[in-house]
Amino acid sequence: MSTVANSIFSPELAARFDHLVTIYPLRRSALVPMLLYAQDELGYVSDAAVAEIAERIEILELDVRNVLSYYSMLRTKPAGKYNVQVCTNISCMLRGGYEILDHCKKTLGVGHKETAPDGVFSLEEVECIGACCWAPAMQINYDFHDDLTPEKVDVLFQMYRDGQGKDVK
Amino acid sequence: MADVNFIVDGKQLTAPAGTLLIEACKSAGIEIPAFCYYPGLSLQAACRMCVVRIEKMPKLQTACTTPVAEGMVVQTETPEIAQARKATLQLLLGNHPLDCPVCDAGGECELQDMTFKYGAADSFYAEPKNHREEQKWSPVVYFDRPRCILCYRCVRMCGEGMDVFALGIQNRGSSSVIAPNVPAQMSPDDLPHVDCEQCGMCIDACPVGALTSGTYRYKTRPWEMNHVATVCTHCGDGCKTTLGVRSTSDGSEIVRGDNRDKSGINGDFLCNKGRYAFDFANHEGRITQPLVRQTNGEFKSVSWEVALDLVGKKFRELRDTRGGKSIGVIGGNRLTNEEAYLLQKFARTVLGTNNIDHHRTADYVSFAQALAGQTNRTASLRDTLTAPSVLIVGGDPTIQAPGTAWNLRTNVRLNRAKLYIANSEPIKLRRQAKAFVQLSPFGYSALTSYLAGDDASASSAASDATGLSAFRDVVKSEENLLILIGSELRGADLRKLIAFGLTLPGAKFALLSDYANSRGAADMGLLPDMLPGYNPVGSSSPLATEYTANTTSGSLAPGLDMLEIFDAAGKGDLSALYVVNSNPVARYGVDAAALKNTFVVVQEMFLTETAALADVILPAANLYEKAGSVTNSYGDLQQVKKAGDRAGVRTDFEMIVRIADKMGTNMRALVPFGKGLRADMGQTRGAQSGEADRHSIWLTAQNLEPRLSPFDPLAILDEIQRLVPGYNILRLQLLSGNDQHLSPAAPAELVQITTRRDLVLPANDSLFTSGTLGRYSTMLSDLQHNESLRPSSLLTQIQTAAD
Ligand code: SF4
Ligand code: SF4
Ligand code: SF4
Ligand code: FES
Ligand code: FES
Repeated sequence: MSTVANSIFSPELAARFDHLVTIYPLRRSALVPMLLYAQDELGYVSDAAVAEIAERIEILELDVRNVLSYYSMLRTKPAGKYNVQVCTNISCMLRGGYEILDHCKKTLGVGHKETAPDGVFSLEEVECIGACCWAPAMQINYDFHDDLTPEKVDVLFQMYRDGQGKDVK
Repeated sequence: MADVNFIVDGKQLTAPAGTLLIEACKSAGIEIPAFCYYPGLSLQAACRMCVVRIEKMPKLQTACTTPVAEGMVVQTETPEIAQARKATLQLLLGNHPLDCPVCDAGGECELQDMTFKYGAADSFYAEPKNHREEQKWSPVVYFDRPRCILCYRCVRMCGEGMDVFALGIQNRGSSSVIAPNVPAQMSPDDLPHVDCEQCGMCIDACPVGALTSGTYRYKTRPWEMNHVATVCTHCGDGCKTTLGVRSTSDGSEIVRGDNRDKSGINGDFLCNKGRYAFDFANHEGRITQPLVRQTNGEFKSVSWEVALDLVGKKFRELRDTRGGKSIGVIGGNRLTNEEAYLLQKFARTVLGTNNIDHHRTADYVSFAQALAGQTNRTASLRDTLTAPSVLIVGGDPTIQAPGTAWNLRTNVRLNRAKLYIANSEPIKLRRQAKAFVQLSPFGYSALTSYLAGDDASASSAASDATGLSAFRDVVKSEENLLILIGSELRGADLRKLIAFGLTLPGAKFALLSDYANSRGAADMGLLPDMLPGYNPVGSSSPLATEYTANTTSGSLAPGLDMLEIFDAAGKGDLSALYVVNSNPVARYGVDAAALKNTFVVVQEMFLTETAALADVILPAANLYEKAGSVTNSYGDLQQVKKAGDRAGVRTDFEMIVRIADKMGTNMRALVPFGKGLRADMGQTRGAQSGEADRHSIWLTAQNLEPRLSPFDPLAILDEIQRLVPGYNILRLQLLSGNDQHLSPAAPAELVQITTRRDLVLPANDSLFTSGTLGRYSTMLSDLQHNESLRPSSLLTQIQTAAD
């Protein structure tokens, strides 16, 4: 019953979802993990993903959207290949988080929640990512980079452009 | 539960344990302000307006979520609390546009009232307000996001109350927003919409002006209307509704329908028809002058005098020359009881014919016969809210009787009532059901046999034999079961089902029909073979005796039914047809040619298919423009009050009386008014021979005054009460706008089960249609159009997340 014909997800992920809905006391507890996995695979949570997740959990699409819109790390538009998330929360702010953000904006030529035209980078200003001890910090996809300076950021971006960054979505 | 004692504002109070503090206070007359709390819906505690100080608790507590406890000591109004509420209001107003001068809710807004009370007009917030343009979610539901205070009443109302779940909450914190189920990107016009039942309950529940209704918004201000409590004219539930009316140059116009005092049999509820579909009254096609067909075939408007003269003269002439039996009468399902009664009395005693019928939407004759001699076996609509268990056989209340469906859902939600459903369709209420049996198409007859013990019928009743057998077992084990019956069950099947139900201790019955006074039409005898109160024509009941005494020609045999009337017309045997508030030509597909040699008089609001064939059209008032009473499907009697008014039209009651007068009828025999008759009523033998006037004797005995005018429907109500079995009306109850349950059943000694032709024709209305009348409601047309834009709805897919 949890299997869905013509899944939009890869066979591996579809199988994972089949299992996921069975392991919680309530099916809908699988919602948030499913949204995250779906975003990792598709790059964002598409309308089709919303529909399939609703079907799998047996809730309304509206319910999925309610939860989806609550979490700022879930997106409904594609991001760049590398999503740069710069922290400007208090520790980072005190140690120059805004300079890093401004520097990113300038170098990438995009603002908050925007994607560069070539689709390689997108930028986001985020709240504390739990790396305060090494502030200022940023996260590119799932990788942390800390103790940043504008120079270090330039090096990082070059690395990613050269294809040396980890390609986790 | 056991009672607990506690003290609120120094007053010693008592309430059952488990009662919410806010409710306990309300019962004691102590008002605690609340935005998010709504009785009967789940608790939200989102607004913090209801905070109170409870001794020994460290912080202010929300009265809407705190159950009373023994020894609790509560303060509800202290400077500390006022300060807290004021701060809450300041936060709420932080994003509020304060456009009260143009807001629909202005004058009836809970936020306005609270701001007035706690004085939070000053604000510490200098941030720019969040603004969004208003959104049209459907023809009837508009959303003004800035006014929303995020109380979530609408979300819970739609989900828990309506079981539709069309509204959700999106985003987070101060940018949270109520969102409808069709997001902009999935909608053809790139605007968000609701795909839902369009009931408007969300609007009703909204404490502010964030949700507004398509019919009422920006039309008027609440204090500029008069508010008239009356009964909805649409389905057979007969919800109490309050119409807001405003005077216009030619009468008074209804501008709003809502559920203001929530004291009716419908509780909190009104569906889209009750709320919006009053606009037929203002339809431009309304006929406001009598029309008479000329020799060239065209209608010409004439004065009332001319029209009534003509009708009276013709009726009299045709009766006298061709006999009463050549005349047919068809009454409507939206007449008052008084009108229906008067119409059949006019037919039987003045025209001298039993050829009278109405569009039957349920078999009330069999229902009344099956319950003859029983007491306490008929259910009120109120019982759907309290019955511990309910069996629904046939019908689809969600669509045909939305008020019933609302009550049932509420009963399941709040009282854990057990719902059992047998239907040939997977109706929506099955989602609340403990057991659902899908019957085979036309499986109702087999089901009644199966319930009655005939195991051989199982296979023709349903394909799932085990399910069916479990269903029967569980239903049979229920006490005080409420049995709701759809119009699919008629005649022998209906009697069999009732006979089965009568074997269950305490079971009660209701038969659902389609229009505001379908039940009344049957009770009042708009039937060829039944006098009022299901007294068979030709029987010796007191009513029949009185009628015979008054009858011009001896009409002791049953008359022609609806179809026979038109057959007679086709054969040239029908001299005249009198249609009062009905559209049989469209409903029964009558061939226009059939009526070409019949003198047809139609009392109507619009040029319907039937009116188009008339010789005389008399412009009629509708149920919102007259006074009287109606009886809903369940037998609940309620008062109808005049709300709207339209120059040029007359009530059906008045027209019948005037036509009778023009025919030279003895008016006092038709409508008992003034000092009444001083005639021998035909009782030439026995103790009552030479009796003066039963009616006036009865009036005296009841301590009622004689009525002064033949146009007073109360005169007929008196007669109904005197003569129609089961209509033992409590006047005070009726006149104070309360409902009362009546159980008109056929007089047991007179019941003869004969095979009657099954003429039940369900109206098959959808949520957005309402017979002929509905076609003249612009709002209903808009809603149908709106519905047609959307592919088949989300409504069927739902499993709720709110478990
Ligand atoms: S109109 Fe009724 S069904 Fe539609 S959203 Fe509002 S409450 Fe829900
Ligand atoms: S729209 Fe009205 S009912 Fe709904 S959350 Fe906003 S204020 Fe409350
Ligand atoms: S449920 Fe029936 S009586 Fe009630 S408002 Fe709707 S149409 Fe009118
Ligand atoms: S404040 Fe930036 S990581 Fe915690
Ligand atoms: S009414 Fe109690 S928190 Fe809203």
